[in-house]
Amino acid sequence: MTRPRADPPAGTAHAIEARGIVKRYGDLLANDHVDLTVARGDIHALLGENGAGKTTLMRVLYGLAVADAGTVAVDGRRVEIRSPRDAIAAGIGMVTQHFSLVGPMSVAENVVLGHTDGFRVDHAAARRRVTEVSERFGVPADPAAIVADLSVGQRQRVEILKALSRDCRVLVLDEPTAVLVPQEVDALFATLDRLRSGGMSVVFISHKLREVMALTDRVTVLRGGRVAGTVATAATDEDALAEMMVGRAALRPARPAGGRAGAPVLIVRGLSAAGRHGLPALREVSFELRAGEIVAVAGVSGNGQTELGEVLSGMRRATAGSARAGDTELADTPPDVVMRAGVGRIPEDRDASVVGEFSVAYNLVLEQLNDFRRGTVLDERRIRARAQELIERFSIKAGPDDRVATLSGGNVQKVLLARVLARDPQVLVVAQPTRGLDVGATQYVRSQLVAQRDRGAGVLLISEDLDEILALADRILVLYEGRVAGEVDGAAADRQRLGLMMAGRAAA
Amino acid sequence: MTRLRWERRAAPPAWLTPALPVLAVAATFALTAVFVVLSGAGPLAAFNELFVQPLTTRFTVLEILVSATPLLLTGTAVAVAFRTGYWNIGAEGQLLAGAIAAAGTGTLVGGLPRPVALLAMGAAGAAAGLGWALLPALLRVRFDIDEVVTTLLLNPVALLLVTGLLNGPWRDPATGFPESERIAASAELPPLLARSRLHLGFVVAVALVAVAWFVTTRTPAGVRLRAVGLSPHAARFAGIDVRRHLLGAALVSGAIAGLAGVSEVAGIQYRLTEGVSPGYGYTGIVVATLGALSLPGVAFGALLLGLVNVGAGTAGRRLGVPSQLGQVVQATLLLVVVALLVLRRYRIVRAGRGARP
Amino acid sequence: MTFLIDLVAATLRNATPLVYGTVGETYAERAGVLNLGIEGTMYAGAFFGFAAAHASGSLTVGLLTAVAVGLAAGALMAFLSVTVGTNQHVAGIGITLLLVGVSEFSNRLVFGGAGTLPKIESYALLSPFGLRALSQYALTYVAFLAVAPLGWWVLARTSLGLNIRAVGENPEAADAAGIDVARTRYLALMIGGALMAIGGAFFTLAALGSFTLGIIAGRGWVCIALVIFGRWRIGRGVLGALLFAAVYALQLRLRILPGWDAVPFELLLALPYLVVIAALALSGRNVDYPGAYLKPYRRA
Repeated sequence: MTRPRADPPAGTAHAIEARGIVKRYGDLLANDHVDLTVARGDIHALLGENGAGKTTLMRVLYGLAVADAGTVAVDGRRVEIRSPRDAIAAGIGMVTQHFSLVGPMSVAENVVLGHTDGFRVDHAAARRRVTEVSERFGVPADPAAIVADLSVGQRQRVEILKALSRDCRVLVLDEPTAVLVPQEVDALFATLDRLRSGGMSVVFISHKLREVMALTDRVTVLRGGRVAGTVATAATDEDALAEMMVGRAALRPARPAGGRAGAPVLIVRGLSAAGRHGLPALREVSFELRAGEIVAVAGVSGNGQTELGEVLSGMRRATAGSARAGDTELADTPPDVVMRAGVGRIPEDRDASVVGEFSVAYNLVLEQLNDFRRGTVLDERRIRARAQELIERFSIKAGPDDRVATLSGGNVQKVLLARVLARDPQVLVVAQPTRGLDVGATQYVRSQLVAQRDRGAGVLLISEDLDEILALADRILVLYEGRVAGEVDGAAADRQRLGLMMAGRAAA
Repeated sequence: MTRLRWERRAAPPAWLTPALPVLAVAATFALTAVFVVLSGAGPLAAFNELFVQPLTTRFTVLEILVSATPLLLTGTAVAVAFRTGYWNIGAEGQLLAGAIAAAGTGTLVGGLPRPVALLAMGAAGAAAGLGWALLPALLRVRFDIDEVVTTLLLNPVALLLVTGLLNGPWRDPATGFPESERIAASAELPPLLARSRLHLGFVVAVALVAVAWFVTTRTPAGVRLRAVGLSPHAARFAGIDVRRHLLGAALVSGAIAGLAGVSEVAGIQYRLTEGVSPGYGYTGIVVATLGALSLPGVAFGALLLGLVNVGAGTAGRRLGVPSQLGQVVQATLLLVVVALLVLRRYRIVRAGRGARP
Repeated sequence: MTFLIDLVAATLRNATPLVYGTVGETYAERAGVLNLGIEGTMYAGAFFGFAAAHASGSLTVGLLTAVAVGLAAGALMAFLSVTVGTNQHVAGIGITLLLVGVSEFSNRLVFGGAGTLPKIESYALLSPFGLRALSQYALTYVAFLAVAPLGWWVLARTSLGLNIRAVGENPEAADAAGIDVARTRYLALMIGGALMAIGGAFFTLAALGSFTLGIIAGRGWVCIALVIFGRWRIGRGVLGALLFAAVYALQLRLRILPGWDAVPFELLLALPYLVVIAALALSGRNVDYPGAYLKPYRRA
């Protein structure tokens, strides 16, 4: 690949010049005066951890979100972008992770969809147009192919073609490699390289350092909604970028020391599972979880953590391997058996895991309704009493009869926590337990996890929040592309090293 | 330009639940008044005949109960299935299957004492309804095949089975009419009161509504069924076997619908006829929806539609308004109610500026 | 020979309302809406088309009235399933109950409960080339030579068809491409409603020349089955309609022959339903329902 110039030629207007972008979601400042300048003919990386504000910035650029403050100029002209239509008109094209394609239609139909002129669709002309764009930009595609028959990589090319056929001059790709297999990544990079040679500007959103180093000309690093810096790729290296991405953070958060870990309560051997697209998501993962320890599973989202949590919760079948809790095999077991084996689960998709229309009391006993019977009838008095008790013990801010749908995220999480912890599980499988919670609720949930560890339970903490992991974990497993990329002792871990491992570089 | 759009809300406001029936009835009156006026009657007089007059005489009150009997059963059948998230549109076919079984069994049990005969007929009818519901239910839980179309398409098949039997082997040899042989006297559901068609089937229907209400609200199984209907994912996560509960609800639903067929054959017609059901299975969907899928609601809905049925008959005789007004009012009420129920989950707001995440 | 020619002619005639209904339902379902209002829409098309023709003395007025009723029925289904976003099956059943009720109510009002049915001078048969098999109503010619091919062409080759298929398969993608999802679904449902109503009017304006209660007799449900049988393809749906119509015509003719009267032809008539259910069962999870089938769409 070409080793590019560090600076755009003087005198040319920048392809994109965003100044002082501010976007606030409730209390969260997702973009805090972000500047982004992309030179014509550059591939510009937007790098950052989950939640650093990359996606928000991209949504603002494409009109999927409207900024609270700030300006955007394309090719030196100020533009008002309030919808994707405005963005397309301004020459910005976007390829998101979630493709907007109609499966049973042909590539050509997908490309002209919504942009047909006249009543009759000239399929021959549409196919010629696709072929022409395809050849001009060197993005191979068969215009007559049915999208549903295409691989993920080919579908992504259709999305790129859609943008190109609308005459975009800036192409934004949101973590385009997240859904691709390695060979497809190579093909994508070749495509982007050709586009660059043709003068296209590309914004490449990623958290993978290797890819950023291999492909891009300049890098803007976001951290906590702010720009941590913009550098020429040639003038930096992975270590420096990793540090910009996760911050120096010399002070590691105070960490309650654990006691001695006991016997293994969960033994995972060679566990594999398929993910969303039926592609392998978890590959031969092995580890042990002991009584009285918190083992964290770190990783950037989409590296198999979700699938690991689902398999251990009984919500997804493993394709190979085993996971034993006591005498029970969890790898191919429905949730009720998992629960009976003494495994408590705090799921990632919190709101989908409670029955919103049910009361707090019913949700609290939903896993063990048969224990609350009097004869054949539900013992409402005992259910209420149990709810009262748990509401007090876990400081849930709601009454037993309140519908769970009316509760805040923190209180929903406390309901799930209470339901599980009330049964004193031997193993806790906890996924993203504090995502989206406010500070108070976050503290509370973490203290409960520590208390469980101290009680003697084994806690598997799946989290994308490095601070959380550093604050709680006795041991840390890093997942990368579905494999355990390394294991780090909790006390010895630091953000930089973890950041590198999560980005698929250095092993432990 | 202000544009209106829907916005999801977490909980329906307190005022909405009591306001909904009032709104629904008012809107239905307004929409159907056109038809009343077209037929030359005053809307108030007509609605008086429809909704009030039937409540004033012994005969019409009992007729309301007669008319409500099959609706109590099909309404319960539909409500149980819908609450579990199983969209059984096939209550009509299941009812007909039950009616066929009842008519068949009813002719065979002549020598048996009445309780035995009735139990045999009830069991046969429930089993037939269950059997008619079995295939779509299995297809749904085994292969994820949408049950709306499969249950619906079995309705005309059941009707063809009825006409096939009545035009063929079961045709009344004496009269040549397409009617089956009269069932044995011991198989008839006995009348409850003198000078009325009200029969034991009504008591059975009310009892079944009560049992269904008890099971769905007071037992672990009922709570699980509701959890499956409200949130299959959350139910599965909590260790509930979603497929088993779907299958169970579908089959129970079919069995109850089958009993509606038994009730009509053994309590009203005493034989199988082509007109054994003027669409009670479909009306069951109306009843269940009007009752917001709750069983007290089903009881209310069945009685309300029974009232409208009887009222439409009298309105026809006294005011010259075609009695089909009853059907129009029922369907309008259904559509108004489903439209209004959406207000529980969404509110209408002026479109704000800019997109939201 | 005469028997065969009669059979072909009867098949084409019997298939005509099914073609209208099947094409109409295909439009609704390709846009992502299962329209169970079809039975009622055909019924109302039959009645109101007849009533208008009777009152005006003009078959054209009757046909246009049926179209108007169909458009209104489609718009009502769209209002409930698209704008309000209710359960499509409950809304559809409700519309069928409503339209059957309104038709029968109006029938009583206009024609009374009289024993003798009013008749109109219905469409005459066209007999090109003097061929008996082709001796058909104009509406039959329109069904096979215009509605089916044009219906296919619009879906496959026009931007309207492209938009309809897109909103039925992936409304999010359609929305992202700038297509007005709600407007497209309204259009598809209204076009479909109009076709269904013409299918119903075929009975009263052409085949029978009068209206009787229960005139549609479940043919709307047959169309639901045919749409799935045809896997949402118009060509295959029309083929299914011809098959069903042939079976229907055959059993009518066999029934009157001595020795055949004991045969349960109802079994034959139940075949299209059973075939569809069997096809669904055999293809299992692989049935390509339109992607957004039964799902209302609201922007997230």
